[in-house]
Order: sequence, then structure tokens, then C-alpha cells
Amino acid sequence: MSEKVLMKGNEALAEAAIMAGCKHYFGYPITPQTEVAAYMAKKMPKVGGVFLQAESEVSAINMVIGVAATGKRAMTSSSSPGISLKSEGISYLAGCELPALIVNVQRGGPGLGGIQPSQSDYYQATKGGGHGDYKLIVLAPNSVQEMVDLTFKGFDLAEKYRMPAMLLCDGTMGQMMEPVLLNQGEIKTYDKSWATTGTGNHEGRNVVNSLSLNPEELEVWNHRRYDRYKIAQENDVMYEEYLMDDAEICIVAFGIASRVSKNAINQARAKGIKVGMIRPITLWPFPEKVLKKASEKCKAFISVELNMGQMIDDVRLAIECSKPVYLCNRTGGMIMSPEEVLASIIKANGGNE
Amino acid sequence: MEVFKKTNGLTDAPFHYCPGCTHGIIHRLVAEVLEELGVLDRSIAIASVGCSVFSYNYFNCDAIQAAHGRAPAVATGAKRSMPDNIVFTYQGDGDLAAIGTAETVHAAARNENITVIFVNNAIYGMTGGQMAPTSLPNQVTQTSPYGRDVTLVGYPIKVSEMLSQVEGATYIERVAVDNVKNIKNAKKAIKKAFQNQIDKKGFSLIEVLSTCPTNWGKSPKDSLLWLEENMKKNYPLGVFKDRTKGDE
Amino acid sequence: MSTCKILIAGFGGQGVLFSGKVLAYTGLTLDKEVSWLPSYGPEMRGGTANCSVTVSSEQIGSPIVSEPDLLIAMNQPSFDKYCEETSDNSIIVYDSALISTEFKSNDKVKVFEIPATRLASDNDLPGLANMIILGKSVKESGVFTKDQVFDAMKKLVSSKKPELLEKNIKALELGFNY
Repeated sequence: MSEKVLMKGNEALAEAAIMAGCKHYFGYPITPQTEVAAYMAKKMPKVGGVFLQAESEVSAINMVIGVAATGKRAMTSSSSPGISLKSEGISYLAGCELPALIVNVQRGGPGLGGIQPSQSDYYQATKGGGHGDYKLIVLAPNSVQEMVDLTFKGFDLAEKYRMPAMLLCDGTMGQMMEPVLLNQGEIKTYDKSWATTGTGNHEGRNVVNSLSLNPEELEVWNHRRYDRYKIAQENDVMYEEYLMDDAEICIVAFGIASRVSKNAINQARAKGIKVGMIRPITLWPFPEKVLKKASEKCKAFISVELNMGQMIDDVRLAIECSKPVYLCNRTGGMIMSPEEVLASIIKANGGNE
Repeated sequence: MEVFKKTNGLTDAPFHYCPGCTHGIIHRLVAEVLEELGVLDRSIAIASVGCSVFSYNYFNCDAIQAAHGRAPAVATGAKRSMPDNIVFTYQGDGDLAAIGTAETVHAAARNENITVIFVNNAIYGMTGGQMAPTSLPNQVTQTSPYGRDVTLVGYPIKVSEMLSQVEGATYIERVAVDNVKNIKNAKKAIKKAFQNQIDKKGFSLIEVLSTCPTNWGKSPKDSLLWLEENMKKNYPLGVFKDRTKGDE
Repeated sequence: MSTCKILIAGFGGQGVLFSGKVLAYTGLTLDKEVSWLPSYGPEMRGGTANCSVTVSSEQIGSPIVSEPDLLIAMNQPSFDKYCEETSDNSIIVYDSALISTEFKSNDKVKVFEIPATRLASDNDLPGLANMIILGKSVKESGVFTKDQVFDAMKKLVSSKKPELLEKNIKALELGFNY
């Protein structure tokens, strides 16, 4: 398909997953991501795939484990409270070194929270969520086009590093329609000789397992995994820079917050304030190096987030607290206006308009 | 003359099970069946959490180690992905009948074409003898030191009876491994459960009454007697559901 | 036109989201940047529904429209809520069959009324008040030409449903000519 179509983010990512060769989807209804399940229910039977509405989010992620163990691409999607339930399975995916894609169309929390857009699962996605030493590839789209592109990317990186990947979106990205190019992209194939497909299909026995009662062995496993994480940190950091060439103030924002920030930056530039933005596309691995570099010439940073301030920790760490980092945030499902971001920019500029 | 030999369905890894525990017998029955049916090289075992957690080391086929209670969901994914493979779970009573109740009931309701081997020894073995969902009324365990008080913690769950009411389930049978005759019957049941999967008939669960001498605090011999005298009263043997009748 | 921010607001069931989709789709056919963002959740089930549409010749920042250049109001609560929040040089088009107001055009905003719901029932176009008011809105705002919207509509409505397309076009036409 080479023509742009108008699609909702949730449906676009579902279509992209199918195009990326994912033929197994397991879901459970929860607002605001239910369109993903509905789309899969309609499409999967037509492409010879499997759509199954599980009895719970817990079961859905374990079904993903079952498919992933056989070496095939599998996906599940949910929204914040459902991702908490999936966290056990996500830890197992990490421990078993299985690739899979998990989509979180975030809503406000904690608890049942609300259903409006939020980014309050940043910690959960980037710092663990489940138990144990592990990381997820975390991708944060800020357009419907990126919902598609990063779905392809998510499957690819998951298989490249044999680890689960998460598409961390918010309700806006899921519900919004934009023109999108459903480009097929290149689908790389990776070694799957570890897959449990029956001993008749490979040499020896394959066991997919995260258990070791031998601490020396478990330590080796964890180091082996973190060695791979290090390679991902070296090679697969993604970010976008906006008007950073001469910027004195650097906004750091992802997802919908980066879209709102762009408006504010344009307004501030019209007033002569030199402000730019570094937008992390991979929240893990986090674009530490580019932020560190920016801290050499920027006098202040502003973390713009739809939560009580989570990514701001990583910004401070990346720049080693060398410059002040301000927080511009809304929470509970509220979205900041460009004017609110502009006010933060003016504040970071020492009150000078 | 045939000489007794180890089944090829088991690896050479030595069992970690306690002396007198009947897990070993049940492992062997499953392994023999897989070998006799000629499906070992396309089998995928789903190991659970509990004493059978290491079963992935013993069955001589590919294996996936699942989280506590989630084996039927993992099996669902594996089977949907590889419909021509033979996928089975091997789960204890804590795993299947407490934390994994939802996964079990819904796999049965979907008539998922998998085989479930459910080992019921009325206690949590691996963690050291706590009350299980299948512990008998008044049974003394580490977490029911005064005996299971049904007015406080409820009654044991009769899995086979419960699943016999699930419309989707194909085959549900309860067996025991306390004597030669019952062991032979158990093997027959297990074989039928796997044959059902080969024939694409759907969800089969074999509940196997088993012993736990260590945590019951009894000798292996007394354990077999206790199973005979107490467990069978609460958990009668037999076929609870058979939708394959008339198919033959 | 560099950027036109549009807010369409009304009750769930009035076709607010579809009106927005027609505008976004028209933009798409003209190679414009567009975004369409609905309100979602409980309010979509009978409560208020609104939809932000941005059409631009440049990349779109925030898809959330808070100060619309064009406000299309299809019920009283939406009109009351948004009529004073439009941008400078904005346009409001409202359904006068459902909304009564003393609000008048001023230096900042031009106000147009059309009894869309009544026109829909008078002309045997049930449920198409949204297209009638859309026709009027496109005409008064000049965001697109009539032909551009008609062409987009022809691509948007399935060719398997020619009577549906005909009615939508008729409703748009009615709004344009009001």
C-alpha cells in the first residue's frame, strides 16, 4: 500500500502488527484500547490468524508466552490497570528471553483511575513493573504513523534482543485519526533455533524456562541478558530533535505531550525565546547521550509529562543534575495546553518573555 | 522375552521427588504413553509451579516452564500456534485448583485441544505442606494446624466434578496410583486423554490422586492407605465426563 | 489556509464524529496534514460528544483543539460551553432548531445559524442534520470548496451504498444553499 489512509491509532497499530507477521493476538476489553481487540477479531480470521479474547489479562499474556515460545510473533494489548495484571507475564517473558509485543494505551491511575489519556505508567514500563532484573524495549509513538512504524520496530527489536517490547501510547494516540502510510517495511528474520516446536523439528531438547535454583547460574543468566541490553543501549536509541541547534532551553517530552510542546515551542520562538525539544522515541533505551550533550549548551530543561513527574528522574540522571530541570505536568487524564507549556518555558527562561 | 527398561519418554535426569512420592509413577505413565503413541518428538510439555516445577527436566520432549497456575493459558498459546503438536500441562492441586482456577475452567470451556494431567495430593508439597484447595475437611497442614475448618476456610474443590459441568470439556476422569490395578487404569485414562488430542477432540483432564508422604507425615505405605481410606471418599474415582462416547 | 482548527460538538448520536471524519478525509484527499480526535468514554453513549479536527498545510502539533477557528455547535450545552472560547477571526455555525441564543457576531467572531435538524426532517433526510450543518460550515468558513468535500464524500461512502451517498450529498447541498 503506497497511499495514505485515514485511520485511528488503535486500528493502525493492529493492522501494522498483522503486516509485521503477527498472527496471534490475545486480548481483553478495556478502554481506551478496545478497538485493537475489535480490529483483530475482525481481521485475524481473514488472514488465517488467531484472535482470542482471554478470560483475563493474566491469561492473555500467558497465551502470548505460549506462542512466543514456539518462535512466532505474538501480541497483546491493554490499558494501565490491565498492564499491571500482565506484569507477571512480562517478567516471565523477560526471564524466558522471549520476544513479544505488548501495547499499553495508557489511562489515568492509580487503581481503576480514569479513562482519559495519561503517561503515568512511565515508571512501570521503564523501571520494571514486574519483578526481577529486566528491561523492556519501550517505544513511545507521537503520531498515528509512528503507531505503525514503531509496531514494526517493536517486533524487530524484540526478536533482535530476545526480549519483550512495549508500545507505550496514551488514549489520544489510540483514539486519534491521522493519515498514515501502512508501509510493509522490511521484516528481518532472526535465529529461532531455541523455539519449542517439538524435538522432531530441531536438534536436542528445547526448554523455555526462567527458573534456576542455582544462584551462580541465575547470576550468569542475568548478566548475559544485561550484556544484550547494553548493545541495545549502544545501537537502538531513537529520538527526535526539534529546533535544538541554537536552543538554550530544552524540552523533553514524548507522546501527546511532545505534540502540545511543539505548539508551545513555536509560540515561544515567536517571542524570541530559544527553546527546542528532544523527544525520546525509545523510552528504554533512554536517549541519555544526546541529553548529556545538550546540557553542555542549554541552561535549563523542562520535562513535560502527563503524570506527577516520572521521566524527569531520567532527564536529571542523563544530564547528571548539571542544569535545573523543571516539570510541566498534568495528571489524572488531563492534558496541558500549549499555554501552560509556554508559561513553563518563560519560567525556565528566568521570567523573560 | 522383554527385559524391563526405562521409557524413552523420560530423560536421564534423576528425579528430585521424595521417596515414596507417586509423582514418579505419574511421570512414567505420561512418558510411556507419549512414547507408545509415537508423539514424543512433537510434544510440548508445560511445566507448572509446585513439586512438578522441574518436570521440564524429566519429560524427554520440548518444554515451557509456566508461572503458577498459568499452564493452561501457556498451553493454549502453544497449541494455537502449533496445532499439530501435542501440548500438555502437568499441574498440582495448588497450581490448578487455587491460583489457576480461571485458566483451567476457561481452557475447558473453550474445549482447548490440550491434555491436562492434574496431580491431586491434597497439599502444597514444594513449599512445605500448606493447606491446598483440595485438602480434606479437618486435614492438618502447616496452615491448618487445627485441621481444615470448613466453616472458616471452606470446602475442598472437586475439580473433576466441577469441570464435568463445563459444557466445552471433552473428557474428565479421576484415577489413583495407589495400587497396580489403579496404576494400570490411570495409564489407560492418560492414554485416552492424549489420544483425544491426537484425534482433535478437545480438552481432556485426568485427575490423579497422589500421595505426599513427606508433608502428610506418613510412611509411603501408610500414605497409600490414607489415600485409599480418606481421599477416595472425598474424591471418588471414575469418568465424570465423556463426550467421545459413540465416536468409536 | 495554513492551519484551520475545527471543533464539532453535540450529543452522542448526532453524527458529530462522522462530520469530523468528512472534514479530515477531505483534507487527506488534498494532501493536507490532518488530525481527528474524538472525545471518548461514557459521554459517547448519549452524553455530549465532540471532535477536534485540524487541517493544515504544515505538520500538526497538538491535535487538541481548544480555541477553534471554526466551531460547529449542535446542541445548547456545547454552544454555551464553547462560544466564547473561539480564536480571533473565528466562525461559529450552530443548529438554530436546537439552540437558542442572544450571542451575536462581533469583532472576533462571525456567527451563522441554520435550523439543520428541522431541515433534515422537512426534507426526508433523517439523521443527516450533521451533513446539513457541515455544508453551511464549509461554505461560510471556506476551509474547503464544495467540490472538494463532495469528491471526498464520494470516496468515503462505500460505492455499495449509492442511496446513502445520494442522501449525504443532498444534505450537504442543502446546507451549502441555505
